[in-house]
Amino acid sequence: MRSATPWSDVLSYLVEATGETLYMVGVSTVIATAFGVPLGVWLQLTAKGGLRPNPAVHRVLGFITDLGRSMPFIVLLVALTSVTRLIVGGSIGSTAVIVPLAVGAIPFVGRLVQNILSEVHVTVVEAAVTTGASTLRIVRSVLIRESLPALINAIGVTVIALIGYSAMAGVIGGGGLGDLAIREGYQRFNDRILWSTVAWLAVLTTLIQLGFTRAARASDRRRHASV
Amino acid sequence: MITVENLTKSFQGVNALNGVTLDVEAGTVLGVVGPSGAGKSTLARCVALLERPDSGAIRVDGTDITALDGSALRAARRQIGVVPQGDSLLRQRTAAGNIALPLESAGVPGPQRRSRVGELLDLVGLTDKAGAYPDQLSGGQRQRIAVARALAANPSVLLADEPTSALDPETTGSVLTVLDRARAELGVTVLVVTHDMGVVRKICDDVAVLEQGRVVEHGKVLDLVSDAASRTSGALLPAVDLNPINESSYDRVADVVLVGFAAVGALLPEASHRFGVELNIVGGGLTRLGETPVARFRLGLNGERSDSALEWISEAGGAVQRSLKGPQGVAA
Repeated sequence: MRSATPWSDVLSYLVEATGETLYMVGVSTVIATAFGVPLGVWLQLTAKGGLRPNPAVHRVLGFITDLGRSMPFIVLLVALTSVTRLIVGGSIGSTAVIVPLAVGAIPFVGRLVQNILSEVHVTVVEAAVTTGASTLRIVRSVLIRESLPALINAIGVTVIALIGYSAMAGVIGGGGLGDLAIREGYQRFNDRILWSTVAWLAVLTTLIQLGFTRAARASDRRRHASV
Repeated sequence: MITVENLTKSFQGVNALNGVTLDVEAGTVLGVVGPSGAGKSTLARCVALLERPDSGAIRVDGTDITALDGSALRAARRQIGVVPQGDSLLRQRTAAGNIALPLESAGVPGPQRRSRVGELLDLVGLTDKAGAYPDQLSGGQRQRIAVARALAANPSVLLADEPTSALDPETTGSVLTVLDRARAELGVTVLVVTHDMGVVRKICDDVAVLEQGRVVEHGKVLDLVSDAASRTSGALLPAVDLNPINESSYDRVADVVLVGFAAVGALLPEASHRFGVELNIVGGGLTRLGETPVARFRLGLNGERSDSALEWISEAGGAVQRSLKGPQGVAA
């Protein structure tokens, strides 16, 4: 039985792993948002009752989206190795994890966004149509702006989900907090590291959630909602 | 100004519109009324260019706008201001922001946009609510903002689909006043689809009655009310037979419709005086259509020259609708 790891070492472990996690999750969230929001918009536009209904396109998009969502992340992580190598020039390390994280999150974000956009009342959308607004303008000024609070919350949910997924990054040497807890904590019977990491993860996700909730509320003009 | 020609539209084999033809003169208000399921909403959606008719035409200033696409369709939409049924404001935008939406679509630059929004807020009497969000406004105020938005891009036609359906009577009045001002001050042609005859009573010059996708009655409100058989008169005028009367105590009993201040005020006493007959109002009452007082009375007449008196009333512009008692043929 070794003596417990000094707290100062635990702290430096945590700092390094947090950096890796935030890097992986941050970059993949940006990518997932950049592709997932347009995907969700496209899904909603082509849906029945959407602005540009197109059953064929909608069905194909929906199929691909749901296929992506049904894929377990750990499978995606190893299955995408060659794609990852092509894009980032290597298949191990934090940067390599970003590719499967983003790919896994795009359909997730897409569905969330579509559901949120479908909640904008049809009378509101049609009112905008009758003003002679173009589809692009309606997407921007009506669909997205009206649902902005919910969309910000959805990105928050995505970040938390990606922190969860990134715990598997260790499989391809990505590091991060999950990897720290599993490799240094669990597998080496180092309770201090394991529980410190768990506690820090709880604090971190709570803080992130809080930040997104605040941002969502700040973007919401319906402060005096009268039911 | 706007004409609807032989419009048909069916959904899954059910005909919602069966050849609807209407026209609205420039600067007038047409009310389209009818029971639920008559096709009012479908007609409104076709005119709003949200639904494409199966056949027929909708002409604004002579141009058919039903077959347009792309930017031509968007330009046509700007010619028709629409107050949609139900809550239609963007909840994340202020009242002023909502009114500005059609101006943004039309590419109107910022400074002009702001001054136009100011004018419209003034028109609907909500200048002090420019910065309020829809959730901070009452239902009637929201609807007035919706009217202002519909008018923002200077449309030639204003279409209001059930503009008062969710409002209480007092608020309804404020919304109708705004529609009326739009016609009076901007000269816009108004088409209002409604199930509420009160809307017709207060602001409509013309009325069209829709039943099972057809226009069964179409004309000037003041003309139609004089026709006893019209649905419009039945719906708009006071009922005459609320109190059963003892017909045997009169030589003649007849219903008469009088339109306008002069007729309502003077015709009956004059007839009584001129022909020396006793003339009693035994039923009916007075109402107001727009600015015009209109009466429908059931008259009981006693005297030798009762028939002559009725004939004179009808020649003087009163519509003697039926002589319930006495020789037929008196009714003009």
